[in-house]
Amino acid sequence: MVLIYSDNKKLTFELLSKGSELSKDLGKKSTAVIIGKSDDALANEYIAYGADSVFVAETDVDSFKAEEYAEILEKVIKETDTETILIGSNKNGKELASRLAGKLDAGCIIDCINIYLKDKKLTAERVVYSGNAIAVEQFNSKPRILTIPSKVFDPLKKDDKRKGNIVKKKIETEKSSSKVLKVQMAKTESVNVEDAEIIVSCGRGFKNKEDIKLADGLADILKGKTIGCSRPIAADLKWMSEDHWIGLSGHKVKPKLYIATGISGQIQHIAGMRDSGIIVAINKDADALIFKSADYGIVGDLYEILPKLTTAIKDKMG
Amino acid sequence: MNIIVCAKQVVDASEIKIDSSTNKPILEGISKKISDIDKNAMEEAIKIKEKHGGKITVVTVGSADAKERIKELLAMGADEGILIPYPDKHDYHVVSTLLAEAIKKIGEYDIVLCGEASTDLFSGQIGPKVAGLLNISQITYAQSVDAEKNKVVAERNMGEESVTTESSYPVLISVTKEINEPRLPSLMEILGSANKPINDWSAESLAGGLEPKTETVDLKGISMERKNIVYKDSLDESIGKLVDNLAKEGVLG
Repeated sequence: MVLIYSDNKKLTFELLSKGSELSKDLGKKSTAVIIGKSDDALANEYIAYGADSVFVAETDVDSFKAEEYAEILEKVIKETDTETILIGSNKNGKELASRLAGKLDAGCIIDCINIYLKDKKLTAERVVYSGNAIAVEQFNSKPRILTIPSKVFDPLKKDDKRKGNIVKKKIETEKSSSKVLKVQMAKTESVNVEDAEIIVSCGRGFKNKEDIKLADGLADILKGKTIGCSRPIAADLKWMSEDHWIGLSGHKVKPKLYIATGISGQIQHIAGMRDSGIIVAINKDADALIFKSADYGIVGDLYEILPKLTTAIKDKMG
Repeated sequence: MNIIVCAKQVVDASEIKIDSSTNKPILEGISKKISDIDKNAMEEAIKIKEKHGGKITVVTVGSADAKERIKELLAMGADEGILIPYPDKHDYHVVSTLLAEAIKKIGEYDIVLCGEASTDLFSGQIGPKVAGLLNISQITYAQSVDAEKNKVVAERNMGEESVTTESSYPVLISVTKEINEPRLPSLMEILGSANKPINDWSAESLAGGLEPKTETVDLKGISMERKNIVYKDSLDESIGKLVDNLAKEGVLG
């Protein structure tokens, strides 16, 4: 059996697409797992998106805890005679997959960007060394656990005529010794940099929070106007909320135009924006790393350049 | 409070170049360091020790030269280091099993600390995997940690949410880069650390016959091919040329 689980519905659809392809290649069936309350509507949706069957692990666990969810999945894996487990690679999914791998003594590959059979072995590719290389990893044992980030695979076309079994079973778990005290929405401005077409991004070259308006001014005249930032701006100075943060531990973006202003170009930042279409760098330091990763660059003071560039683009676009 | 810090020696990814003839990353001759986020874990361990007293042990699975890196952590404030040399074949499973076995051998511990991921491979599976192997609770992506006598409260950075979690001991905590600013040891501390022990524990003595579950069969370089055109004319001319080119590329509207 190929087991598929994510707490994110959209991501599950994407996993189901790869999961059903893999289960065909392996001569197995795919099963989507729902943890929590029974939800027939969701189960039927998973079948419509490619699941051969759905296993509903009914539990009274109210919020996600890796300790409890790993135990639940471990039991589902035994029930379903599963050898391959695909888990959605969001933050919950990664810690769940890794803990599960520990409990099962299983091989685990995180953030797969491709999965296929090669020489009859299950093979996965992942990006390593801050985006400088792709590692090709092969499993030589079972069970095997793989996590897949969002937007790597396209979901199948929804087919409401597909049929599949829905199995429901109550799963008991030991209570974890950790407990969630509080869940707060992080301070966000509901910006979605991952879908943005054009991004003007700000780094440490900005001297004050108020000066960000210079980047705003440029972004405003460009279609898709979205502001991004590097780590110091979001994480250290907190001038912008983390939904603006682009980089290895922030968001990964691929707009058609990325304008990096006052960003030095640390490898962690590059890892988040290297897939952009055209990259423009503005930095006062001619030796800044960012120029190595840029198509076009201007060495100079962003305080002088940004207003002029805004006017020039405005004129050009009429 | 007995604290164990799991730290990894990594190559500095920012120095990696791609060999254009083989299309493979060149990993030899690159400077090595303790993975940045593991240093944040170390700093947090010191803060907890400053509050409650106790002992900090650093455990590293790595090549023999990692000993030099462990010395840096001893200078920062760790009391003792343990180096488990890499077995010939190793993967995440082998490393996490060795760490878990070493932690069991150390015996008494309250907190295991590590970075959320290492800066070279950025998988982030070792921490939670070790917690799973030890069957202890885990708090991942901690951006603040408040260790009290009988429990720890941590704020976890979950992206759109911040989740405050409490756990009794023992617990494994993985931290994010934002949690603190790792200290730079003074010259006196560096000199003083020379007397602190670093023990070699063999993989065989901890877990005999350990086999990897996965194997890296290839490593393909990704070259970043960019035009690298930097305008060096007067500012107005440079901006003019840039805008012309952006319009030609069709990315302005």
